[in-house]
Amino acid sequence: MEVPILKQGRYLIATIQAALSDEDLLQFRRALLDRVIQFRSRGVVVDVTALDVMDSFATRTLRDITYMIRLRGADTVIVGIQPEVAFAMVQLGLTLEGVATALDLEEGLAHLEQRARSSS
Amino acid sequence: MTKDEIFAEATSVYDNYVEALATGTFEALQSYSRNLSERIIPRGVETHEVVGIVLLLRDVLARSLFAKYQGDFTKLNRILDAYEPAANRIANTVAVGFVQERERVIRQQQEAIRELSTPVLQVRERLLILPIIGVIDPQRARQLTEQLLRGIRTNRAKVVVIDITGVAAMDATVANHLVQTVEASRLLGATVIVTGLSPEIAQTIVNIGVDLGKMNTVGDLQGGIEQAERLLGYKVVPAGEAAAAA
Repeated sequence: MEVPILKQGRYLIATIQAALSDEDLLQFRRALLDRVIQFRSRGVVVDVTALDVMDSFATRTLRDITYMIRLRGADTVIVGIQPEVAFAMVQLGLTLEGVATALDLEEGLAHLEQRARSSS
Repeated sequence: MTKDEIFAEATSVYDNYVEALATGTFEALQSYSRNLSERIIPRGVETHEVVGIVLLLRDVLARSLFAKYQGDFTKLNRILDAYEPAANRIANTVAVGFVQERERVIRQQQEAIRELSTPVLQVRERLLILPIIGVIDPQRARQLTEQLLRGIRTNRAKVVVIDITGVAAMDATVANHLVQTVEASRLLGATVIVTGLSPEIAQTIVNIGVDLGKMNTVGDLQGGIEQAERLLGYKVVPAGEAAAAA
């Protein structure tokens, strides 16, 4: 299943709407990178509100995406991790090190704005 | 206990004992022992004392039977056949009644502790405080985490101050849990500041080898709130100074 990637000004918003297979995740990674390059985006918000499970592959892929996008000079925020999911992830040692996280889409965009302000 | 109380209590224990022996029914004794337990547990009477008293009474009565029927062994035998099971059952009934009552009290207290457990308080827009007081067992730790993560979501918190001044010590499991809570909160986009670590807890945390870079700690609650306000961009100044600056 494909993840819709929406352009909102200088930012991209990707909402994951259902559990993704490993193949879907890799495709999502490619698609997102392409869009960042295509639209010269400054930041990306990945919304995972709908996910009630995050396995190690998904977590690692999200982290990789963040790192890759950073290499393109843009910031990424993961938003909407559910409380239960967050605690399960931590217990499995999946802490998304070095990745910015925020409560929801609004917070995520505010974070990106702030980053943009402080770097300009 | 006053002398009169002791006498009254001893009399009623004896009466109940004799009644149970005479009638072979234990309902009255059961309710009496429950009632007695209710009264004496708050006074700090121990299990071994209660059981000791009942066994003592049993032995005293047995001795008097021995003394009375010394001459007639067959009769004594028959009497003991009837007496011993009944006496044992009495001892059993009283001891079980006492322990049950005590367990009921413990359950009640556990319930009370769970209820007063831990409030998640909002002190400012987007700033939560979680004061923890008392012993944290794994179950309570789990409950705390759940409440906190839910609180972060419902209050849209950006900063959380966890104050553990009231926690004297915690074991490695719970300390680990605390660290996990901090990380899970970060995944929800909230920064956690832990305040009031006692020297013992600080030692536990160092011993389990937690990466302190991930943990934001401040000495006391006041310092924690001040840092939280800084993170949120608040600046608190006395009213006089604010007016002078304006």
